[in-house]
Amino acid sequence: MASKNETSIKAEPGKQELFITREFDAPRELVFKVFTDPELVPRWLGPRELTMKIDKWDARSGGHYRYVHSDAQGNAYGFHGVMHEVTAPERIIQTFEFEGMPERGHVSLEIARLEELPGGRTKVVVQSIFPSVADRDGMIQSGMERGVKDSHRRLDELFEELAK
Amino acid sequence: MRRDVFQAIADPTRRDIINLIAYKPLNLNSIADNFEVSRPAISQHIKILMECGLIEMKKQGRERYCEAKLEQLHEVSQWIEQYRKLWADKFDRMDDILEELKNAPPKSSPEGRTQNNANKA
Repeated sequence: MASKNETSIKAEPGKQELFITREFDAPRELVFKVFTDPELVPRWLGPRELTMKIDKWDARSGGHYRYVHSDAQGNAYGFHGVMHEVTAPERIIQTFEFEGMPERGHVSLEIARLEELPGGRTKVVVQSIFPSVADRDGMIQSGMERGVKDSHRRLDELFEELAK
Repeated sequence: MRRDVFQAIADPTRRDIINLIAYKPLNLNSIADNFEVSRPAISQHIKILMECGLIEMKKQGRERYCEAKLEQLHEVSQWIEQYRKLWADKFDRMDDILEELKNAPPKSSPEGRTQNNANKA
């Protein structure tokens, strides 16, 4: 279901952070639940074509998490981190590391802030802070592995997007 | 001075300029011939596009050609837009779950937030 709520990404050139912002037509408690409940997280976190399996999920301050995305070909991608702070229903701070990196240490800090809006709505801002600009850009780039098209078509799409 | 790529391509004339030279490099006169706006205005747009690395000036004999540097745009379009779509997709699925929860609020379970499959086969 396509939503009328726009997802926006702010990633300024040369910075080590990015912001993801989205509003939801649901109260903050529910949004928080969907963010933290291990029964619900596998239903939304991760690319649609991959299966997500939770290995460990302790959504409390100091808790650990680990999950694995796998595809039909048997490729598996593991992610893990620590829940630095989980304050219902307003804030989740966690570390995040992709286990497929050639070396360890490419860990980011993710701060999710849930803000109450009038009318039982919620605004979520996720701030991701990376060790380096290259780490941030690499993370963004990992999102582009789907649908590589020829350069002119990409241009057209970009311009269509911008013209909206 | 480093300019913001997003700002540079937010202008429709500048987008048209890039589209025009994306297929083959053109000199300034040939570019300006495609637009109603004045030549100095086109020059100014090209200057901005050069400053943010979206086009390069190449000398060929006595002519100077503007060439589009598409890699820079791939960065913008693919990196950001694909990444954004990835998140938009996740959030759309969250919407579906939220609708479910709103319609049928589940019983709260104290163990609900913790799951450990590490010891399972």
